[in-house]
Amino acid sequence: MKGELKGEGLTVRDLRVTFDGFTAVDGVDLDIRPGDLRFLIGPNGAGKTTLVDAVTGLVKASGSARFGGQELLGRPVQAIARTGIGRTFQTATVFENLTVLQNLDIAAGAGRRWWTMLRRRKEVPEPVERALETIGLSALRDRPAGVLAHGQKQWLEIGMLLVQDVRLLLLDEPVAGMSHDERQATGELLQRISEERTVVVIEHDMDFMRSFARSVSVLHAGRMLSEGTVAEVQADAKVQEVYLGRAAEPVPSEPVATAQEA
Amino acid sequence: MTTTVTSRARLARFRAPGGFLLGAVLLLGVAPLVLPDFRLSLLAKYLCYAIVAVGVSLAWGRGGLLVLGQGVFFGLGGYAMAMHLKLADATAAGETLPDFMQLYGTSDALPWWWEPFRSPLFALVMTVVLPMAVAAALGFFVFRRRVKGAYFAILSQALAAALAIWLVGQQATTGGTNGLTDIQGFFGYDLNDPVNQRMVYLVIAAALLLVMVLARQLFVSRFGELLVAVRDSEERVRFLGYNPANVKLVAYVVAAGMAGLAGALFVPAVGIISPALIGIVPSIGFVIGAAVGGRASLVGAVLGAVAVAWAQSTLSDAFPAAWTYLQGLLFVVAVGFLPGGLASLATLLRNRRTRPDSSGGAV
Repeated sequence: MKGELKGEGLTVRDLRVTFDGFTAVDGVDLDIRPGDLRFLIGPNGAGKTTLVDAVTGLVKASGSARFGGQELLGRPVQAIARTGIGRTFQTATVFENLTVLQNLDIAAGAGRRWWTMLRRRKEVPEPVERALETIGLSALRDRPAGVLAHGQKQWLEIGMLLVQDVRLLLLDEPVAGMSHDERQATGELLQRISEERTVVVIEHDMDFMRSFARSVSVLHAGRMLSEGTVAEVQADAKVQEVYLGRAAEPVPSEPVATAQEA
Repeated sequence: MTTTVTSRARLARFRAPGGFLLGAVLLLGVAPLVLPDFRLSLLAKYLCYAIVAVGVSLAWGRGGLLVLGQGVFFGLGGYAMAMHLKLADATAAGETLPDFMQLYGTSDALPWWWEPFRSPLFALVMTVVLPMAVAAALGFFVFRRRVKGAYFAILSQALAAALAIWLVGQQATTGGTNGLTDIQGFFGYDLNDPVNQRMVYLVIAAALLLVMVLARQLFVSRFGELLVAVRDSEERVRFLGYNPANVKLVAYVVAAGMAGLAGALFVPAVGIISPALIGIVPSIGFVIGAAVGGRASLVGAVLGAVAVAWAQSTLSDAFPAAWTYLQGLLFVVAVGFLPGGLASLATLLRNRRTRPDSSGGAV
């Protein structure tokens, strides 16, 4: 429909999420074009994760979130997932007792007919094979996902979204706790993915954002503070005030977590 | 190096069919030859518990559903079978009503809901379909409302208690506390004849083997993988586009069907079904065997169920008061300290020897 762009755009209007009187997301508008690699940044408590939770059906929200011509709000999680939206979580959640291959195979299978479900997997489905290569875990395919290193789990999660064949990936801090090289590899992976799909990344790491973002949205206290390219956002005085100004000093990008998880 | 790996892989491929064959030979060939009639009929009873344990292994071991109320489904299957057999006995004796109804009954007519159980086909189908239908109806609401963990366990147990209490209250139509007793015939065969008792044993052993094959197919299928995924991270499965409620429902319903079949086979083996056999205590008993043997392992669950049932009938005769405590202790120890049951002991010891802290990173 839209030429080369294979992803799907997300349109959010006046999104509001309230927990017991506390407004976590306060009337956010957000337009993500198909094929974008959008970074969603903002201080802790800005409402980034809550925004993603609302769009994916995990928390109740008012307003509107449209994807591929469909309204998402009010639908159950699995129905939203089937429209082609996939997400990851801050803490990598893979099925630890299943192998890497089984994890990917399950992710690929939501559309399977019930009689294929009752049979054993005879061969590795082609998309799973491709995803294994893309995320660089081919050699570890028969390992239980629980023994993977932290970064590998994050990649496995991204791989699961790829075989799920989502058109929009919502990634919550995908490089948290990763080494510099792993960050670089992940950033390049995301750029490659965004050629075919729309990618939204919640991130704290400013260096990572500068290197890979195609566009940026800054959230602050539940509101959209600024939107634009990296340069535009960095030049925005409001943003400098609440966020980048403080982060201009060496960014404490959670290296502690790296030491623990490894 | 490569040859040992491939030969080991080849061995692993034959392990399941090989083990199955061995089990079949032991159950269908060796046991009837070496065991006297009395022991064989006890084994028949234990194997009925083992059939329930196969379902428990599926629902609890793989699906994480602590099914503490399998007595309901065991009971539905058992009563469905017993109702037919009582009617057949009455007809054979030239009576219109089963014996207990003549004693306690208030009317001369058979209750309307007994009538269809005259048909052997209807009764047989109902032994499995009735428990599955009840499980489907219950599971549909429970899993949708995301009732899980201890709440699910308590709910399923309450159902077992409710059915037992209801049965006790319906003396005139269900035999009340006594249950349906003194069953004489089994589809035309006299159950007092030891030869026919042996035949019943063989039917039960064959049913167990069949149920194990079915469960194993579910374990290794994609459904089995998905079930484990739901057990470990239900929310994540939802984000992949599946409805976990449906996955759990299938496991729960299949387990209920197995319990129903076990209850139906229990009746000709033991000659009775009563509320005391399906209430809370026996319901807990059904999962203890699986817990001790290893709930995630099919063979573990089956052997555990047989072993615990054997220990119960041996020890509860000698120390009737102590058995309940021992049973509770077994359950706590197995669930708390050895979640994989005895089946996991070998793997645990092997891992400890080769890799001191291999499981450390997996948490």
